[in-house]
Amino acid sequence: MLPETCVAIERDTDIVTARQKGRELAAATGFSTTDQTLVATAISEMARNIVTHAERGEIVLVALDDSGRRGIMVVARDEGPGIADAELAMKDGYSTANSLGVGLPGARRLMDEFHLASTLGKGTTVTMKKWVR
Amino acid sequence: MPVPILKQGDVLIASIQAALSDKDLAQLRDDLADRVGRFRIRGLVLDLTALDVLDSFATRMIRSIVYTSKLRGAETVVVGIQPDVAFAMVQLGLALDGVATALDLEDGLAILRRGIEGGNAGAA
Repeated sequence: MLPETCVAIERDTDIVTARQKGRELAAATGFSTTDQTLVATAISEMARNIVTHAERGEIVLVALDDSGRRGIMVVARDEGPGIADAELAMKDGYSTANSLGVGLPGARRLMDEFHLASTLGKGTTVTMKKWVR
Repeated sequence: MPVPILKQGDVLIASIQAALSDKDLAQLRDDLADRVGRFRIRGLVLDLTALDVLDSFATRMIRSIVYTSKLRGAETVVVGIQPDVAFAMVQLGLALDGVATALDLEDGLAILRRGIEGGNAGAA
């Protein structure tokens, strides 16, 4: 069984916890310190989205081993209001929360794989992966 | 955890020691705004050496601290952003436009000193 960590996200201090756990797992998986920082930053943005838009949710961190190819998967899940226009939400500078609008598009650039699934009224799940180079 | 703020003449040095929550950052912004007026501060150094992540919210708060202080007559130099943190910020699409930066505290203080002694040209 590969290590898996779940961090409940309810308040701003949980954002710090999530990204610290993410950095620890990334370090244990064999990522360089630069890539650990990229992963931690992406987690921070996703955790922030949960606090800002959904009030509560969770971040699940999973170490990946795909026949010797190691990596990390980050799943950010909430049961918030969902995203009305996913295409628009992925655009740089678009924000409904008076923020900088870099969270989703920025996190996609920091990671290798990025998938957004959202249903209005049901919630949002972002799944991101990064592989050790 | 509140950020310690040191006063040295007409300069304040805020040295962030550990990862900050959103509330800590907002508190720092308010504390600095208050002290700039109370102590007639001309320059601020924000030392971010110990930060391992600067995300969009933290960047927005830092810009807010710098612009607020500027409107109150104090210039700010942001120092100590680590190479990995800078790289992640660029990837994320974050910038500190119009914000003076320096490698470390020593450089930051030198820049401020030149700005203050050079009159209203400022550091930024």
